[in-house]
Amino acid sequence: MARLNVTTTKPILIFAYGNPGRGDDALGPLLLEAMEQHQPPLAECQTDMQLQVEHVTDLEGRALILFVDADVSCAAPFAFAALRAKKDDSYTSHAMTPHALLHAFRQVYGKDAPPAFLLRIRGYDFELGEPLSPPATANLAAAVELVKSLVSTADISDWQQLGA
Amino acid sequence: MSEQLRRVAIDPVTRVEGHGKITLLLDEDNHVKEARLHIVEFRGFEKFIQGRPYWEVPYFVQRLCGICPVSHHLAAAKAVDQLVGVDQLTPTSEKLRRLLHFGQTLQSHALHFFHLSSPDLLFGFGSNLKHRNIVGVIEDFPDLALKGVRLRKYGQQVIEVISGKRVHGAATVPGGMNKSLTIEERDRLLAGIDDVLAWSADAVALNEKVHMEHPENHGFGRLYSNYLSMVDKDGALELYHGGLRARKPDGSTIFDQFDYRSYYNKIREEVRSWSYMKFPYLTELGRDDGWYRVGPLARVNNCDFIFTPLAEAARQRFVAFGNGGNVHDTLAYHWARMIEALHCAESIRDLLHDPDILGSDLVTKGEKREEGIGVIEAPRGTLFHHYKVSEDGTIKKANLIVSTTSNNQAMNESVRSVANEYLDGNEITEGLLNHLEVAVRAYDPCLSCATHALGKMPLQVELIDASGALVDKLTKGSDGKIERDHN
Repeated sequence: MARLNVTTTKPILIFAYGNPGRGDDALGPLLLEAMEQHQPPLAECQTDMQLQVEHVTDLEGRALILFVDADVSCAAPFAFAALRAKKDDSYTSHAMTPHALLHAFRQVYGKDAPPAFLLRIRGYDFELGEPLSPPATANLAAAVELVKSLVSTADISDWQQLGA
Repeated sequence: MSEQLRRVAIDPVTRVEGHGKITLLLDEDNHVKEARLHIVEFRGFEKFIQGRPYWEVPYFVQRLCGICPVSHHLAAAKAVDQLVGVDQLTPTSEKLRRLLHFGQTLQSHALHFFHLSSPDLLFGFGSNLKHRNIVGVIEDFPDLALKGVRLRKYGQQVIEVISGKRVHGAATVPGGMNKSLTIEERDRLLAGIDDVLAWSADAVALNEKVHMEHPENHGFGRLYSNYLSMVDKDGALELYHGGLRARKPDGSTIFDQFDYRSYYNKIREEVRSWSYMKFPYLTELGRDDGWYRVGPLARVNNCDFIFTPLAEAARQRFVAFGNGGNVHDTLAYHWARMIEALHCAESIRDLLHDPDILGSDLVTKGEKREEGIGVIEAPRGTLFHHYKVSEDGTIKKANLIVSTTSNNQAMNESVRSVANEYLDGNEITEGLLNHLEVAVRAYDPCLSCATHALGKMPLQVELIDASGALVDKLTKGSDGKIERDHN
């Protein structure tokens, strides 16, 4: 079976997802844009509109993974925590949760996925065509500073400390 | 029905608290006389695009859908070609667009079958929800699941190579394409194509087997519907550019080789008070009889042949199953979908061997026009993008008919059919809810595509009696938990 191309040169993967055309759903992609300008030497940036099962191939070979998503339920400005692989009961959607993706990784590769964390940035308005709302803009700025700090090290204990 | 109930029924599907909602209306004999599947789609988009420069449209529309952004991009690009007076692209540009479209369709079909549908087909409609998902497929059928993962990944690689980016790339320009392929890019894609062909052929074989071995599923949500699709000038399956063909359930022709730039003469859209989504119908047949189905089942039924040999052989087996006539089984959508995936794989291989995709003649120019209409066969069905521009080049009017809208009436009819078969008394059971979902999923409607939904799509089913009273309500929450709300 052919191997697919996976770039594994950098130990940290930042995977931000969301629809940049849907108001605060753009928080993830916009954080990624900011990080790309920052050019973190240890991190590779990837984005997509939604998480899908094939994204397990992007996780392989990393030391640390950071998923970034907009969220309407967490406290402002963001919530940062470690992720655990967990089977997802839902099956009717076109998208997967990050913990279900980690579970799928284990099934596909026969081993645990690399340590992963989820950064949820508080969003408020998800209407089509709307720009980022003012409070979400402030939350994004705070989140970018956190991620700059995170990607300065590929040491999981530092991440765990921040996520505690 | 009270106004309050009507309002609740069309609550939009939103990112986190959104839900699919089905309302079943009973007659005096407690038969389901009408089913209403409530879907909100592309709300406000046509207004949102007004005032934007036309050349930005193919890029904005990619944000409509997380699964098929390339389909919207290409339909809009075809409309923009007309706005700049171009009716014929250079061979290099046309072939690159086709390659892009085949990659997009392949990845979308792979997602639909392996991720969304194979759990139902492999484990059964009534099986444990906790296992009936893509992760369950990975556990029980790891080889199959891996093929699905890699098929989709390959389709996305095609998109990425041509567009330059995985998401929201810059593939097209007015009248052409932004870049051609390099030899290195072509060879990278060629390296994986033989596996992709084999996996696609396996997926067709699996669908044939599953469909034929489960005759009890043949009548599931079956509809004797009209079908609409594009075909090429010879009547072959055509996904990128061709004439419109509409046929009746018995296969007789309603119209054929119709220029889609006059689609509004053949298709009208009805507005109903209970739904934000319109109900298109074929003008010649009228509102009651003119509803139709689009998508893989329509395309494979409507075409006379497929010009790639493996997919054509698969189509012939499909036609033989239907005794030479149309196959109306709603679950045969999955079978037809994989025939198309195989066609996409064959077409990608053929195009990768075509030296034109390495060419440098990329853009054609013409005289500007005020109106452009682009139509393609998107993975879920015929997709119409219609734009009018002002003298300054900004959009003054936009009309989109997306595949889910075309299948709107059909989905409601399939839901009604399944509900009548599985509704027992005045109580909505979890089994009924599961079966309704399977029927809807065959069409793969865009429920919340434009925003990702954290992997969750709650579903609510309501039962309304002949007097308008709410008899029963069952909700499957985002955590898979079922809750009943008796009135």
